[in-house]
Amino acid sequence: MIQVENLTKYYGLTVGARNLNFTVDNGEVLGFLGPNGAGKTTTMKMLTCYLPPTSGTAKVNGFDIIERPMEVRKRIGYLPEKNPLYQEMAVDGYLEFVGELKGVPRGSLRSEVDRVVERCGLGTVSRRTIGKLSKGFQQRVGIAQAILNDPEILILDEPTLGLDPKQIIDIRQLIKNLGGDKTVILSSHILPEVSQVCNRVIIINHGELVAVDTPGNLRSRLKKSAVIRLKLRDSEESNRAAETLGAVEGVVMVRVDSSAGGVMNLTVECPPERDLREEIARTLVERRIPLLEIYTEELSLEDIFLQLVTEEVS
Amino acid sequence: MRRLAAIYRKELQYYFQSATAYVVIGLFTLLSGYFFYSIFRYYNYLSYQASREPYLGAGLNLIDGVMRPLLGNVGIVLLFTLPLITMRLLAEERKQGTFELLLTYPVSDLEAIMGKYLAALTVFGVMLGATLVGPGLLAVYAKPEPGPILAGYLGLFLIGCTFIALGVFFSSLTSSQVVAGVATFGVALLMFVIGWASAFVGPTLAKVLAQFSLLDHFDSFSKGLINSQDITYYVFLTVFFLFLTLRSLESTHWRS
Repeated sequence: MIQVENLTKYYGLTVGARNLNFTVDNGEVLGFLGPNGAGKTTTMKMLTCYLPPTSGTAKVNGFDIIERPMEVRKRIGYLPEKNPLYQEMAVDGYLEFVGELKGVPRGSLRSEVDRVVERCGLGTVSRRTIGKLSKGFQQRVGIAQAILNDPEILILDEPTLGLDPKQIIDIRQLIKNLGGDKTVILSSHILPEVSQVCNRVIIINHGELVAVDTPGNLRSRLKKSAVIRLKLRDSEESNRAAETLGAVEGVVMVRVDSSAGGVMNLTVECPPERDLREEIARTLVERRIPLLEIYTEELSLEDIFLQLVTEEVS
Repeated sequence: MRRLAAIYRKELQYYFQSATAYVVIGLFTLLSGYFFYSIFRYYNYLSYQASREPYLGAGLNLIDGVMRPLLGNVGIVLLFTLPLITMRLLAEERKQGTFELLLTYPVSDLEAIMGKYLAALTVFGVMLGATLVGPGLLAVYAKPEPGPILAGYLGLFLIGCTFIALGVFFSSLTSSQVVAGVATFGVALLMFVIGWASAFVGPTLAKVLAQFSLLDHFDSFSKGLINSQDITYYVFLTVFFLFLTLRSLESTHWRS
């Protein structure tokens, strides 16, 4: 459980984060979304007690980040953005070192290291030097050190940055598997990642919180108008389609996008609170206009993100 | 304590797994061995002269003739070599970004600094220990007084403690090893020789400068004199620089 209250950070006159308020529940995976320099990393650095806030505070499992930083640090596993590792150390030596620092009991150090090695799929490289591993394996080592000593909270700053698509899928799966029993905050500017992995999303821009919601709610909240797309077979009747559909009650606008190869594409805009698909389908069938496809278009997280961030600017 | 030990072991491991420790210790023992050899041969020559002209032999003894110049020279070699050991300690962590991660573990700044400081001190201890071969040989063939030799070594050890604390401090200020090393060397050299100016400045300032000089305080050790004032000087400087390092770490929390 993380409670953030009026968290603010200034770097001189530059705003890092301003008046952030949000909570993260136990077992939740929260996504931090925002353009580069929006304040994601700054917020994470404050939550991990690396940077002290200019004002405001946060509580991690009830412990204040300013008053009880050692208690907070014991409960957090952190993967910084650039995944800094001691390049010259061997994987298991490094993990043992981190285990000692995190205070894993001496007796169970070896088995704890084995556990995270297993969990992160590092078994085949555990004796190799970190600096000689591929980026994907290094990223796993970074996650392995974060989950060492089984912290209740994980803070992962751009965990898939710079990985190839296969590695990205692997790491995402790993994070998904971690969610459920752990509270996870992860930042990203890759939007599909956030909608796949996270229960809730926070959008930050210029250090300020723009929106907090589930990916689904964000979508519906931003639907100013619903869009229905149609594909019709090109025929004499279909030339009248635009006209016909325009007459359906509730339709705001009809546009013919293209007409080629015997297929005609139409876009119908209607108010977000009404689903007009049934109406439209019935009308078309009654008028004997051959309907091939009908579907509503969902706003992608990219659209939401852009809309929110642009609105904020204007 | 366990966390301090973990950091200590990790740093020591780095020194001995990379070439650092071997190159530094190797060159240091080579140079101090050479100094021992040339000083001893010169002493040998003087003794030979003294056997023919007895008045020359009046002030001749192993402590003043061999040990004092040897320890003085070893001190100067330390001036060059210790920055090479300390410059990496925090600067590299800063550069690699591992510092951030280290400070988000439940480790106090003091534990982190002391682990690193003690690791460098251990390497220095090995270096200093290796130079004992010379006095050891002396002890086999002649009977030098052990007291002054041990006092001289205590003095060198204290100088080393101070230099390393200074080095750790400069290493905490920058992410460039070269800057940390050069700054350590420069300031250490200045502290070494600042007493020289006491010959020209007024009597009051002369006293002050002499008190600041690393060399002047070392002088009494090399004569076999263990003075609480001199010990206090080195211990104070060591604690002072380590304290500054702590403050500098704290300020990174606040600035970055």
